[in-house]
Amino acid sequence: MQLDEFFVTGEPLIYAGMVAIALVTSAVIFLLTYFKKWGWLWREWLTTVDHKKIGIMYILSALAMLFRGGADALMMRTQLAFPDMNFLDAQHYNEIFTTHGTVMIIFMAMPFLIGLMNIAVPLQIGARDFAFPYVNALSFWAFFFGAMLFNISFVIGGSPDAGWTSYTPLAGAAMSPGPGQNFYLLGLQLSGIGTLATGVNLMVTILKMRAPGMTLFKMPIFSWSSLITMFIIVFAFPILTVALALLTIDRIFGSQFFTLTGEGLPMMWANLFWMWGHPEVYIVVLPAFGIFSEVIATFARKQLFGYSVMVWSIILIAGLSFLVWVHHFFTMGAGAFVNSVFSVSTMAIAVPTGVKIFNWLATLYKSKIQITVPMMWALAFIPSFVMGGVTGVMLGMAAADYQFHNSYFLIAHFHYVLIAGTVFACFAGLIYWYPKMFGHRLNERIGKIAFWFFVIGFHVCFLPQYFLGLDGMPRRVFHIVPEWFNLNVVSTVGAFGMGIGFAVFVYNIYYSYRYSEREKTGDPWNGRTLEWATPIPVPEYNFAVVPHVDSLDAFWTMKERGESPYDESKVKPIHMPSNTGKPFIMMGILTLASFFLVFEWIWLAAAGLIGGIIMMIIRSFDYDEGYHISSEEIIETERSARGL
Amino acid sequence: MANQSRKIPIQHIVGFALSITLTLLAAWTALRSSLPVMWIIIAILTMAVLQAAIQLFMFMHITERGAGHAPWNMMFHAAVIAVILVAGSLFTMSFGFHYDNGGGDSQPEQQQEQHQN
Repeated sequence: MQLDEFFVTGEPLIYAGMVAIALVTSAVIFLLTYFKKWGWLWREWLTTVDHKKIGIMYILSALAMLFRGGADALMMRTQLAFPDMNFLDAQHYNEIFTTHGTVMIIFMAMPFLIGLMNIAVPLQIGARDFAFPYVNALSFWAFFFGAMLFNISFVIGGSPDAGWTSYTPLAGAAMSPGPGQNFYLLGLQLSGIGTLATGVNLMVTILKMRAPGMTLFKMPIFSWSSLITMFIIVFAFPILTVALALLTIDRIFGSQFFTLTGEGLPMMWANLFWMWGHPEVYIVVLPAFGIFSEVIATFARKQLFGYSVMVWSIILIAGLSFLVWVHHFFTMGAGAFVNSVFSVSTMAIAVPTGVKIFNWLATLYKSKIQITVPMMWALAFIPSFVMGGVTGVMLGMAAADYQFHNSYFLIAHFHYVLIAGTVFACFAGLIYWYPKMFGHRLNERIGKIAFWFFVIGFHVCFLPQYFLGLDGMPRRVFHIVPEWFNLNVVSTVGAFGMGIGFAVFVYNIYYSYRYSEREKTGDPWNGRTLEWATPIPVPEYNFAVVPHVDSLDAFWTMKERGESPYDESKVKPIHMPSNTGKPFIMMGILTLASFFLVFEWIWLAAAGLIGGIIMMIIRSFDYDEGYHISSEEIIETERSARGL
Repeated sequence: MANQSRKIPIQHIVGFALSITLTLLAAWTALRSSLPVMWIIIAILTMAVLQAAIQLFMFMHITERGAGHAPWNMMFHAAVIAVILVAGSLFTMSFGFHYDNGGGDSQPEQQQEQHQN
């Protein structure tokens, strides 16, 4: 293989990308060396097993991926702004919509939410860490390296170009030769290991490590939604793993699972993909519901209305999410009976979702609402998400779907649910828990500017797309015709509005780091749940004394009774896990192996796989039992953090 | 858990070796053996059942008691998902319910072909 086949050549935008990567990498290396921060990076971050630091790394990576996916989106909108634009060629456009979708779902939405869970869930349930801190670090590095492997594709080897759904036969070896599709398969496979491990890890954490007295139905609603999400992950992700593995074997070793020849069944890919893909939708939206519930209850100053109904609707949604996957390919032509069954099950999901909407409204009803920035995101979510949900029911009617399928109506629908649901929740959750992570709040005024730009931009961008869809504009076209011009140009303006909103949000992180007042108490929002009972900064062991819980909204009850969550006489030494570099090294080696497999250099890949197995063997004989923090040290930390 | 085992976990190593052997054997049966197709299918299905049994008994604590019988709970859910997966795929992918294949169906011939095999 020649060097010019290895690197992507001939595109000015990609050359610019290469220069940017080289510049940023050398700048980072220079800064780390100049300020002598390599040791700090290794000790404090790369080897950490602390759920709070891992959560921060998840969120930072997710923000970087949001930037990358957003840049893709702006390029697409520029190309579609005017008829016959020549900003991108067809191939480049295909690659960009593919990476936009994949990055946003797999490498932005899920890690962002898992990052928030990392930070909030152990604190909410009164735990000192995850059940398996080592596995948690492993999960993060699997996701991170998987994301890097996927992202590197646009300068090395060429990006995948068969859509984020990677439908066969298009994605098969016959019609998509070269490494592009392999990047998709292996990047997802690698980060899938992390997601699945997190699923098991967090499920065990929530089921086994709750504070004494916290029964399942006294658990904060975000922890509930996380628990259910983990169940969906554990049951849905193996389907993706198997489907990806089958397609990898198809492409690299020449089997015929999804090919047109040799009795392959191309539509089986769509079937398996959506059997994972539909539950995946709920993996990214249920935690969002949980975040909104927390935010709304906190700033409406009320206990969440209909708490147990909320929990049961989450469980019902999770169960139904495994029974609707065919609505993504009604037009396959499985027949009227099959389509009717899945049409009905799809519409059934609207019932528990509607129940949740009414519960949020009932929580807000006659309450004293505090308009903070997280609350604004939550309030914007309700009407926006309803618009997405109603059009979802329209798409769920199989007969009508033959009209809407693969048009911009669909694009508008899923952006309305995913952005208004997941992205708004990510912003709300990040701003809400930001003081717990960094010790200060984000600036309210700048936060509101970012909010208005993003929300108005969002509606201006996606509302016209419903009508474009009804006008017959199909998805994944790179040239528009003059009839679609007006609405497209409006949509592009909206997209750039969202871009400005995001930029202002990022600026706000910098501004608040410089100028925001540092938090003195652990409870900046007058919160209700246990995470606000910890001091800021949160000590590595979270709770010096594990609280006893006897009600929903445990911290609120404590405050009403005038109890302190900290009692110096009850402090005992705390057992902590040691930091370890093994997860980082293990996933690094497996990433190298995957990279070789992308280029189908089988022997190098096999060597990498053996390296990964050796790391697992080393781990198996690792008898490090952690260390203890002494009572004196805990008392000293608590006194300084709580200003006693 | 800390004090319980500094000795080598024999059961896990045996289970691991067995499952790797079964995997390699299945791959060999499918790729290199010259058995008739039906026998290949029977052989790998048998090995799949053995594989599942090894996982359940040697790794999945199926014989463990106490703590609310968590393994059984999970296995029940997993079985439900497996049934949905298999029955659902057969239901949707076998194209067995052709009431009207006309409207909007762009490639009826290709699907007929798939249906027949």
